[in-house]
Amino acid sequence: MTLPRTTVTEEQWLQAIDRLAEGGATLLGLWGDDDCVHMAVLDQRSDIVVLTYMCKVGTYPSVGAKHPPAIRLERAIGSLFGFEAVGAPDARPWLDLGFWDVRHPLGRQAPAQKVAPYAFLPAEGEGLHQIPVGPVHAGIIEPGHFRFTANGEHVVRLEQRLGYVHKGIDRLMQGASLEQAAKLAGRTSGDSTVAYSYAFAQATEAALQVTPPPRAIYLRALMAELERLANHFGDIGAICNDASFTLMHAQTGILRERCLRAADACFGHRLMMDVVVPGGVARDIAPDGLASVRALLSEIRKVFPRLIELYDNTASLQDRTVATGIVKPEYARQFGAGGYVGRASGRGFDARRDLGYAPYKELSFDVPVLETGDVNARVWIRIREVEQSLALIEQILDRLPSGEINAPIRAPGSAGEGLALAEAFRGDVLVWLRLDRKGSVARCHLRDASWFQWPLLEAAIEGNIVADFPLCNKSFNCSYSGHDL
Amino acid sequence: MRRTLLESLTQGPLTEEPPTPDEAMLAELAQSLDRAARAKLGRSLSIREVDAGSCNGCELEIHALSNAFYDLERFGLRFVASPRHADVLLVTGPVTKNMREALLRTYNATPNPKWVVAVGTCAADASVFADSYAVAGAVKDVVPVDLHIRGCPPSPTELLKGLVALLESANRSA
Repeated sequence: MTLPRTTVTEEQWLQAIDRLAEGGATLLGLWGDDDCVHMAVLDQRSDIVVLTYMCKVGTYPSVGAKHPPAIRLERAIGSLFGFEAVGAPDARPWLDLGFWDVRHPLGRQAPAQKVAPYAFLPAEGEGLHQIPVGPVHAGIIEPGHFRFTANGEHVVRLEQRLGYVHKGIDRLMQGASLEQAAKLAGRTSGDSTVAYSYAFAQATEAALQVTPPPRAIYLRALMAELERLANHFGDIGAICNDASFTLMHAQTGILRERCLRAADACFGHRLMMDVVVPGGVARDIAPDGLASVRALLSEIRKVFPRLIELYDNTASLQDRTVATGIVKPEYARQFGAGGYVGRASGRGFDARRDLGYAPYKELSFDVPVLETGDVNARVWIRIREVEQSLALIEQILDRLPSGEINAPIRAPGSAGEGLALAEAFRGDVLVWLRLDRKGSVARCHLRDASWFQWPLLEAAIEGNIVADFPLCNKSFNCSYSGHDL
Repeated sequence: MRRTLLESLTQGPLTEEPPTPDEAMLAELAQSLDRAARAKLGRSLSIREVDAGSCNGCELEIHALSNAFYDLERFGLRFVASPRHADVLLVTGPVTKNMREALLRTYNATPNPKWVVAVGTCAADASVFADSYAVAGAVKDVVPVDLHIRGCPPSPTELLKGLVALLESANRSA
């Protein structure tokens, strides 16, 4: 995608904030750079613009003051770069938990200072008690801290504190070769490794004005859909498992494993890590790969309808998922929530369709949308998306072009920028990067869909019972690593 | 539901033959395990998984150990929710500075005798995340490690090989 990035005046910056606050545009990202902040905005459905505000004295007018989805992004910029968002409603650090040796590791660095204990937001009233959970959770999941305030069984307030798996990816990207940077991008969130590599490759190709060959483009989409299938099967089962319905978990676990085995047979890696690379794909599909994908499709088509019926007809399961953890449609719209979180609450954005990146504009598929916004709706969106992915894979197999799988990548000779969105299973991943003249990465920022979903989980759990939190959390399945970077 | 259950009963299991333990892993374990510990543990181990900074790729494959194909529990291995119930800590990721203390506390909360298995390439040497201001290092830089299972991520079969090696070592000189 060519990048219309404009440096704006304070007045234009404030106008953009007003447009976001009025709902005329959606915030796609907000991140720091050497001496400025960039804000990516989605206008209407498919026009993306990036606005740059020069932080001449280390400050910029707060977006979060009028548009809450920006609050955590601004706090992260504060912790990483040291830029101050003037008028921000919340100036507490984010991602920096007080364990680093430096402050502002990406901006003007300073030795770490002793900081006051983190102040959680208050909740007051008779009979309230707090339940701290994490960072180490009871299960095989990523670390993060949840602070519940409950009245008996009912959650009055949930506040998340994230950043435990912050690995400093933005900083590691600086000066990295394209090869090294692609590896980092592919390890931002392991469950979405294909989507991240896809977005990173597209952003690089935009910066270098390279177009990958058609075969590579179709193979990328095949991998992206296999990844989506595997994750959706895993999620559907895990959500049911959190409602103690283990039969579904066992059955979808088999389907997930079959997806990963097919991926391994095709591309030599179960999660398909490092296969999508700038310029194309690192290796072609194995000779017997197509047959293993066709076998996978027919197995899923045989088994999955019965599992859908099982989900639909089990009253005890529905009792847990229906009307639990509701995300209001206005929040989904305001936060620009992607993936099943947005689509279960009436926001139909899908980067594959709305931005129409190759090869999706040549393929036909539907983007399922529901309005109820509960755990049940998020399960149904996944079910419908599995069906769409099956149809997409069939089209991809039928049309897979022959030919080269790589376009040559040369040092550009001049600096360039690129931006891309790719639709991961949990929502759109945004990658923005600037390459230097030699073709190394000068700056790269990766924005996971979870940034705009985590805050909605806080809202969705309010008024639900503590025991339903695992169910709600699993129905979101937000990324920790993708968020923490 | 009845049909799904019936088919599961009649079609025979999907579960695959257990892998033979990896010789190199047995050698690593032979050095690190003391006899007294082996004698106490026997053929059943409780595992507590700790993500100390991973990208979540390793977690996905550790999860897969419980599916019908690998069926971890047939070996007497099971995942537990608390470090207080655990014999083995399965640690993933380069240890981030933000998780260092949580990992140490989890380690200290695990009763002796205990083993630490570092899972994944990041856990072994911090991989692409080494040299970051936010990364404390490999798992062995923070807690003593008895066994490394490498891979990015290691496949469930590789994980099983390592864990079976752990059980074998526990039994052999018991």
